[in-house]
Amino acid sequence: MKRKDFLQLSAMSLGGLLLPKFALLGNPIDPLQALQDGMDVSTKKLLSDVALNTAKAKGASYADVRIGRYLNQFVATREDRVQGVANTESFGVGIRVLANGCWGFAASDNVTKDNIAKVAERAVAVAKANAKIQGEAVQLAPLKGFGEVSWKAPIEKNSFEVPVKDKVDLLLSANSVAMANGANFVNSLIFAVQEQKYFASTDGSYIDQDIHRIYPTFTVTKVDKATGKFDTRNSFSSPMGMGYEYLTPLANEKVTGVVTRYKNRYDMLEDIKTATSDVTEKIKAKTVEPGKYDLVLDPSHLWLTIHESVGHPTELDRVLGYEANYAGTSFLTLDKWKSKNFNFGSKLVNIVADKTQTGSLGAVGWDDEGVKCKEWDLIKDGVLVNYQSIRDQAHIIGLKESHGCCYSQSWSDVQFQRMPNVSLQPGKEKRSVDDMIKNVEKGIYIMGNGSFSIDQQRYNFQFGGQTFYEIKNGKIAGMLRDVAYQANTQEFWNSLTDVADKSDYRLGGSFNDGKGQPPQSSAVSHGSSTARFNGVNVINTARKI
Amino acid sequence: MPILSKEEAQTILKKAMAFSKAEDCTISLSGSEGGNIRYARNAVSTAGDINSMSLGVTSAFGKRTGTATINEFDDASLQKVVHRAEELAKLAPENPEYMPLLGPQTYPESITYNPATAAINPDKRADAVGKSLQVAKEGKLEAAGFLENGTGFNSFMNSKGLFAYNKDTDVSFSVTLRNEAGTGSGYISKSYNDVARLDTLALTKIAASKANGSAGAKAIEPGKYTVILEPLAASDMVDNMFNGFDARNADEGRSFMSKKGGGTRMGEQLFDPNVTIYNDPMDPILPSSTWTGDGRPQRKTVWVDKGVVKNLAYSRYWAQQKGVDAVPPARRMIMQGGTSSIADMIKNTDRGILVTRFWYIRFVDPQTLLLTGLTRDGTFYIENGKIKFPIKNFRFNESPVIMLNNVEELGKAERVGNLVVPPMKIRDFTFTSLSDAV
Repeated sequence: MKRKDFLQLSAMSLGGLLLPKFALLGNPIDPLQALQDGMDVSTKKLLSDVALNTAKAKGASYADVRIGRYLNQFVATREDRVQGVANTESFGVGIRVLANGCWGFAASDNVTKDNIAKVAERAVAVAKANAKIQGEAVQLAPLKGFGEVSWKAPIEKNSFEVPVKDKVDLLLSANSVAMANGANFVNSLIFAVQEQKYFASTDGSYIDQDIHRIYPTFTVTKVDKATGKFDTRNSFSSPMGMGYEYLTPLANEKVTGVVTRYKNRYDMLEDIKTATSDVTEKIKAKTVEPGKYDLVLDPSHLWLTIHESVGHPTELDRVLGYEANYAGTSFLTLDKWKSKNFNFGSKLVNIVADKTQTGSLGAVGWDDEGVKCKEWDLIKDGVLVNYQSIRDQAHIIGLKESHGCCYSQSWSDVQFQRMPNVSLQPGKEKRSVDDMIKNVEKGIYIMGNGSFSIDQQRYNFQFGGQTFYEIKNGKIAGMLRDVAYQANTQEFWNSLTDVADKSDYRLGGSFNDGKGQPPQSSAVSHGSSTARFNGVNVINTARKI
Repeated sequence: MPILSKEEAQTILKKAMAFSKAEDCTISLSGSEGGNIRYARNAVSTAGDINSMSLGVTSAFGKRTGTATINEFDDASLQKVVHRAEELAKLAPENPEYMPLLGPQTYPESITYNPATAAINPDKRADAVGKSLQVAKEGKLEAAGFLENGTGFNSFMNSKGLFAYNKDTDVSFSVTLRNEAGTGSGYISKSYNDVARLDTLALTKIAASKANGSAGAKAIEPGKYTVILEPLAASDMVDNMFNGFDARNADEGRSFMSKKGGGTRMGEQLFDPNVTIYNDPMDPILPSSTWTGDGRPQRKTVWVDKGVVKNLAYSRYWAQQKGVDAVPPARRMIMQGGTSSIADMIKNTDRGILVTRFWYIRFVDPQTLLLTGLTRDGTFYIENGKIKFPIKNFRFNESPVIMLNNVEELGKAERVGNLVVPPMKIRDFTFTSLSDAV
């Protein structure tokens, strides 16, 4: 599923819920079937060896095999009814080989000894066919095998063990809160994912991993029939690399202020009540006067700006041109990195990449080509210092090892470079959001992510949000509507003048980030504390048709 | 072999249906095979070859339904999957919007399958990509592209005697060429039902000429301009409009098709009289299946006739609520073209901008369908009937509804992705800022 499709699905702004699209993620199954153990690890090792040995015998110089079981569960409701409950499972094998210096890949949902050998043979045939038109031979950064190892996400409650009825009850209770408080429509959804993936390679690694993700969300809609206007407010939840424990509210995981926002535990019933009063106020709010404003951006909003303007341009595959035909290239060209003094942002801009943060969507033990995951700096004191890489790119920029950024959405897709978690570090000094707002004369405080668009080299962007509060002389002066800001990435990050301390730090994230051809989806988190950007151009988006 | 004939599919479906004990049962069987090559930096980067087949059963008792799927097709597996769907249905919550199954239907034979396209193999893909790489290397340009072909079949049967089968093929190709300095970029993208129409050499030459022609772009002020949208650019805009042709969202007051005070805008002149939009499963350039996923016949349907909204799509449930025909949604839309050529449009333009394509389009406001996005891969300034120079890319904020009210000229329609659209000349198109991206 493309991110755009998913967003359309979750935003529910048009077309309602399109349940058949869920089928793209796998085959429908019984919820209890998701709890059954899949194929045992010793069988996976045996089958992997068949693949690796066949590939080598057919002429591959390197091979890796991924045997994956991908489970999804969706529970979707609107107002007082269940729209759909879907459980899907996708199980199969993908084999990637290097032969005659060229990559080949083949995949099948028939995971038997005989068929795996055929799939490995097909992968080698694809590599050899393409080697005829290949340029430079692929070079892999050296990697020692890890032997037989495993990694399991540190969850407290497996979402797939929670009965569907409990999820339906929670969603319908939330919907009834919205309807009782004056919403015209409400859609809500819980989406749970589990990846049980096994990786083996001719380097001597046999890696078994268990990954969990959850995304509860809703959209509250208010319609004013007389004026023909409608507006929405989406949930302030975040997709997380967690189990169902995310949906058990905890007081110390709440951030209070203009409205309550959430860290590692979410209170859906509380948030939907706030959302309903927010949308009631938003539909009647003052339309924004376009011009320059100081923006105070909440982490529930800022994650997406980080994702688009820092996460994507520091992807090495984009920098090198591998994405030129689809997602695009990057303005962060190699000469800027080599200069060691490219001014990406102000001194306060410290941005770290990692695949290790507990509870994040990117956390995993090893990536999808068997590289151990870690943390590293991308932007240090405002200067570009590194990129995100995988094994076949590392040598191009003189790196000795990959950063561990290889990922595939499924056994049936070839793995390639995907974004790790990319996060803005909080301010080192004690700093509250209230203190930050006190100093703003003319500003807008933005929460939640809305419309987003950025060019193919990541210079020019435009973002909306969920709710917008006018700041006048250090005080919140009510809600605004029709707000979007436009900026240039480098100018924007150089206008960062104030960041709240770590007590405000939260993760936001994308459950379905799209990239590649054929397009693949990945999940990634972005952490930050509230940050202030000075003198940003705000436009008014209201039109008449 | 994942592509079954009509008879083979029917045999398996009948066998599975014989195991059903539910009040209603629908069984679907589908399979696909295909492959792709992705290339960048003038070399192959990834390539794949994937096939799969699966059977799904949806059983219903009253308004409770359950679905189960399997990819093994022996008798025991078929019996198991039917049983599992029935067990699930008994445990499911009631769906108040469940509709009884349709009885037997008659569908015309579709024209979606092409044997030559189905016969594409890894070597043919490599040859086609080789031709594209040759253009790049000879022109001292850097290519990144993607070639993908697929063959699939879909079939289903229900316990009321409905049976449907369709087989289809498709091949798509896109390529971006950039110059060595990174100051020029060109793009082309084409999809075909019949691979005989695919000429990767000629298409790559078009992208090469855009790459060379767009180098050294100058900045001009953003604002409202007359634009000439090539079919790619036009399709990027209008494609974002069709989800809005949904009756239920319009009736509920949360769509641009909603009428002030309640109801929908069906019958209103919402677009310029030059705008006519329809779908036609038997269109030779953009054929589609003659039935929908729930068994409704997919017929030629006019959605906009001379600017007037003629149809909105209904689910069977919503149609019953409203007491109207359940017109199924259509994805493969065709916008009728005109008689102009792009060259004519340029000649008739005093001051304007030629747009090759748009990029990263997102909704800003669902109320007005306001979209934002940027131009990409070849944007040119026109003055006194001539292309003067390439210009830097712009961000736009514009609604396709407003745009289709400002139509000056339409050219010959052609297939772009899964749409057929004409090139179009539009007045007062709103560009809001400049981008340095190439």
